[in-house]
Amino acid sequence: MMELRDLYRDVIVDHNRNPRNAGRLEQADHEAHGDNPLCGDQLDITLQMEGDVIHDIRHQGRGCAISTASASLMSEAVKGKSRQEVENLFEQVHAMLTQANGPVPTELGKLAALAGVREFPARVKCASLCWHTLNAALAGQGRTISTE
Amino acid sequence: MLDVAKIRAEFPILARKIRNRPLVYLDSAASAQRPRAVIEAISGYYEQHHSNVHRGVHTLSQEATELFEGAREKVRRFLNAATHREIVFVRGTTEAINLVAQSWGSSQLGPGDEVLITWLEHHANIVPWQQACARTGATLRVIPIDRRGVVDQQAFREMLGPRTRMLAISHVSNALGTVLPVREMVAAARELGVTTLVDGAQGVPHGPVDVQDLGCDFYCFSGHKLYGPTGIGVLYAREAVLEHMPPWQGGGDMILNVSFEGTTYNELPYRFEAGTPNIAGAVGLGAAIDWFCALDHHAVAAHEAMLLAHATERLQQVPGLTLVGTAPGKASVVSFTIDGIHPHDLGTILDGEGVAIRTGHHCAMPVMKFFDLPATARASFAVYNTTAEVDALIDALGVAREMLG
Repeated sequence: MMELRDLYRDVIVDHNRNPRNAGRLEQADHEAHGDNPLCGDQLDITLQMEGDVIHDIRHQGRGCAISTASASLMSEAVKGKSRQEVENLFEQVHAMLTQANGPVPTELGKLAALAGVREFPARVKCASLCWHTLNAALAGQGRTISTE
Repeated sequence: MLDVAKIRAEFPILARKIRNRPLVYLDSAASAQRPRAVIEAISGYYEQHHSNVHRGVHTLSQEATELFEGAREKVRRFLNAATHREIVFVRGTTEAINLVAQSWGSSQLGPGDEVLITWLEHHANIVPWQQACARTGATLRVIPIDRRGVVDQQAFREMLGPRTRMLAISHVSNALGTVLPVREMVAAARELGVTTLVDGAQGVPHGPVDVQDLGCDFYCFSGHKLYGPTGIGVLYAREAVLEHMPPWQGGGDMILNVSFEGTTYNELPYRFEAGTPNIAGAVGLGAAIDWFCALDHHAVAAHEAMLLAHATERLQQVPGLTLVGTAPGKASVVSFTIDGIHPHDLGTILDGEGVAIRTGHHCAMPVMKFFDLPATARASFAVYNTTAEVDALIDALGVAREMLG
């Protein structure tokens, strides 16, 4: 049985206490709002693009430690990445969160701290909300996305 | 004194280990566990007596019918309803309220009419009325609460008026544990000829209910919160009201005669029970009522009050903890938040300690919004819980604070 310390690793606890890139970009050219109706988690992602690349990103919302840390880790990971690179990263994160025994790719870096979430199916949506919201922002839909 | 050790021994699931620790089940307000008597009544029914009801002339069909109708009689006695015609079996409280909102609502509500509910309601006593109002042009009005989670009685008296057609209120708030002054509110409504519904999902598990004494027209509850099966519940409806309500679902069992020219509906309560019912569920509910009624209810009330007092006292000593819902005379439910720790993280960490609590909005989002919270953690106490389990909850909260605080 997995220990809770594997879910709430130091990296997660740290990013929950001190989320990186928190807030809103006033000069955002892309944004989206995400809801997880089951938890009441809410998240706003604002982006500034430079051509095809995420120049800057902020996240702001309220949610559990997993969702806050995931948004914080994601914001660090995607800054300076192209749309295609973000898409590839999302695929890998999604696989890590949902595939029970798959290997965790080394290129995920600090995002690998979220691997423990897959042992807690009720919490997977907490970790993935920010990614779905980022996708919606990149797609420029400008509408609310929901995990449900 | 309640012999809690003896009671616990009757609940097989309480012997379970969760993550290598003894289960501490503090989520009975979401769904209680079942004593062996209920489990055996259900399996005994399937092993010995099952067939369809109200149809066959063969032995099994007669036995199944007797068991099913016997369960109805147990419910009637449990609620002190005047006749079995007032006891409609449904899937649960939610379906009971939907039945009333659709059948009674569509025939009795119109533009200018008002439906009164409180701010404390579960979504099951909000959404069906919103839908009924949307269909009929009636207006939904909400009686406010104060910071303790107490329904504002003065506002209620002011809102109650000639336009009010329905007062639909919880007996006990699921999110906060507030016990509403149902008898007084119903009496005030009846004086003006207002029809009344009481959502008793959280009411019946704490003690017997006398619907004639309460004076309400409708009372609803779910089997699974009363130590019975899921998928079975009860709508009590005063006969004088029910007999004027149109059927809400058509099908078998709810008819006397069907032809393509027209259909004659069955008598009460069968007119409201289309299709093969949850027979095993009703039998299990009957067994749960027998089991529950054999307990000393003064001892049950004293035990639950003791657990609530112990939990309240110990929780107030946890740094950063805020109790949400502090009404006097609450049912054995404590909702709370802890600074810096989201309820969902609490729920996961407590589960790691074997402690099962509910976290989230408790299907009462307006209550959460009132307190400006996305969610709370909620521990609820039933007959089988102990002070040692309350202490286990407090210890587990310490683990959570150490991990995330």
